[in-house]
Amino acid sequence: MGKNRTPYLLLLPGFAFLFTFFILPIINLAQTSTQTKIAGGDTGQYEQTLHFRNYIDAFVANKEQFGRSFLYAIISTLLALAISYPLAYAIAFKAGKYKNLLLVLVVAPFFTSFLLRTIAWKQILGEEGFVVPTLRSLGIISQSTTLTSTSFAVVMGMTYNFLPFMTLPLFASIDRIDPRTLEASGDLYANGYTTFRKVTLPLSMPGVVAGTLLTFIPAAGDYVNASILGDPTTKMIGNVIESRFFKIVDYPTAAALSFTLMAAILILVTLYIRKAGTEELV
Amino acid sequence: MTTNNSREENQSSLKDIVSAKVSRRGVFAGIGGLGAAALLASCGSGGSSSGGKSGALRWGNWPLYLDFDSKTKKYPSLEAFIKKTGIDTQYFEDYNDNDEFFGKVQAQLKLKKDIGYDIVTPTDWMAARWIRLGYTQKFDMANVPNGANILDTLANPSYDPKREQSLTWQGIMSGFGWNTAKNPKGIRTLDDLFAPQNKGKIVVLSELRDTIGIILLAQGVSPEKVTEDQYMNAVDFMAKKIADGWIRGVKGNEYAQDLTSGDATAVIGWSGDMFILASENKGKFDFAIPESGGTISGDNLMIPYTATAEAKKNAEALINYYYDPAVAAQVAAYVNYVCPVKGAQAEMEKIDPELAKSEYIFPTAKTLANLHVFRSLTTDEETSWTEAFQKAAGN
Repeated sequence: MGKNRTPYLLLLPGFAFLFTFFILPIINLAQTSTQTKIAGGDTGQYEQTLHFRNYIDAFVANKEQFGRSFLYAIISTLLALAISYPLAYAIAFKAGKYKNLLLVLVVAPFFTSFLLRTIAWKQILGEEGFVVPTLRSLGIISQSTTLTSTSFAVVMGMTYNFLPFMTLPLFASIDRIDPRTLEASGDLYANGYTTFRKVTLPLSMPGVVAGTLLTFIPAAGDYVNASILGDPTTKMIGNVIESRFFKIVDYPTAAALSFTLMAAILILVTLYIRKAGTEELV
Repeated sequence: MTTNNSREENQSSLKDIVSAKVSRRGVFAGIGGLGAAALLASCGSGGSSSGGKSGALRWGNWPLYLDFDSKTKKYPSLEAFIKKTGIDTQYFEDYNDNDEFFGKVQAQLKLKKDIGYDIVTPTDWMAARWIRLGYTQKFDMANVPNGANILDTLANPSYDPKREQSLTWQGIMSGFGWNTAKNPKGIRTLDDLFAPQNKGKIVVLSELRDTIGIILLAQGVSPEKVTEDQYMNAVDFMAKKIADGWIRGVKGNEYAQDLTSGDATAVIGWSGDMFILASENKGKFDFAIPESGGTISGDNLMIPYTATAEAKKNAEALINYYYDPAVAAQVAAYVNYVCPVKGAQAEMEKIDPELAKSEYIFPTAKTLANLHVFRSLTTDEETSWTEAFQKAAGN
């Protein structure tokens, strides 16, 4: 008997944690999302009326920011993939004794706060940083073009901030590839491109899927980059939720938006995993 | 109102003051080594260490909002109060955000349980909410005779017309701030602000009462009596300026960084921040109250209804003490916001004649007459007006 109980006891702390910090808040959020203002009540006073229309109203009023969130998240995920794949490949296969050092460098930015790194980008891309004057003197951007407070800066900030989440899983799966499979591919007269397409890429797919998920999911809900590097026309759904919660004190709408975002991400991710078809992950 | 040029002559004394502190809204940004270090140094409770009956008086205030001696790590004016009255006072610099603080204590307030503070310092609109909800106690006026020293402009806010349960701690003016190189003629009107050289480089405050207040005044509407239609009209004006690419941001105090980095050339901003910017970058920035009028708001000393009778009495003694012009001048010499106490300017002459001339701390009667207080909003207005403003700001 005792033997059978052990795994459950081991699961207990994790389950208790999940229950307290995930299940309970989720239930609370769900309850909040269908509340409405108490007639004559003060700011922030809501009552349960099972008003499911909150969801429709919240979505319709903010579909622009929803669209933007997913668009920015997809672009930055693709950019991060494009940057990370060659990087992870090089670290795994070509770095030799520098492999560990390079991995440390990939993770190094995490030693600084997310917020500070984003603010640093604001300075780098600012009028008195070196990027803007350089690009201007080279004639790449016009005198009046600015880089901060643009969608470019937001997407770039997101790509930068989530890059390690893409690089590390990619590295893990590329590093696991047995070099002999690549040799075998060459022996069978595949050129470099074919080897990559038929051997390396399929074998690294778990890394690609994990990396894109780890990048896309937080990116879609991110609001720090949009608020620091963007302007009012680049606000994402995270900014709306923050403003609804803290500024407008409209908890039901904020809760409904949070749920809608979660559901949208869940659906997209499910479709993606089905399509990508990696059993190793699910 | 412009920066006093003659101040440069006495730059050293001013610089000492400026470098000794960071505006409290500056600290709000959470960055800036000086701010963080000063905050750490002055964090937590100050006041008496004499022990005894702890918590005879507990005051929650914004960070860096009371004269502080970095050498002794004490608050001189507060120490003097403790010495004079023997009231064991604990000072907490943990009022960092109106919404956050309200969220923290609201549950206890509802249950009428002690919230851990006998004096709180919310900003006008939040003070209005506290009063509306009945969370404050009226002063025993006999204990606060100095309350009569409050500036006329601040004496009759709609949320507390007779100042029976709130008194301004410091006043905050808002108006136009600008980069003098890009705007050599200065900015006095909305047209000056929305001039071609500032296109795409304008930042306005995320505090709707200030930004919309100034737009309303420029449109000839008084923020004291604004109607919903007039308000929405002004919000539309802002939304259009955002859509047309004039305004690059609707922000809190971060606009100060945008000005220094060159990303912003003109702003609707706060006097205290602009005072620091102008002092630290000689001649590079300037500030003025718009010709059509600026807004003034304040943070308010209030006694929660959870304070005991004894604590209330102590709180009244402290509030009365800080409304003594000499004490107010001592605080004002450190805090660069509008001093709300009449007679403090004369006292300031004795401490620092140069600061006594500062329009930032002691606006002239003419300037004060041109400053307006946004009327308090009903609960429904608070929600729908904030919503409209946030929507215009892209949220």
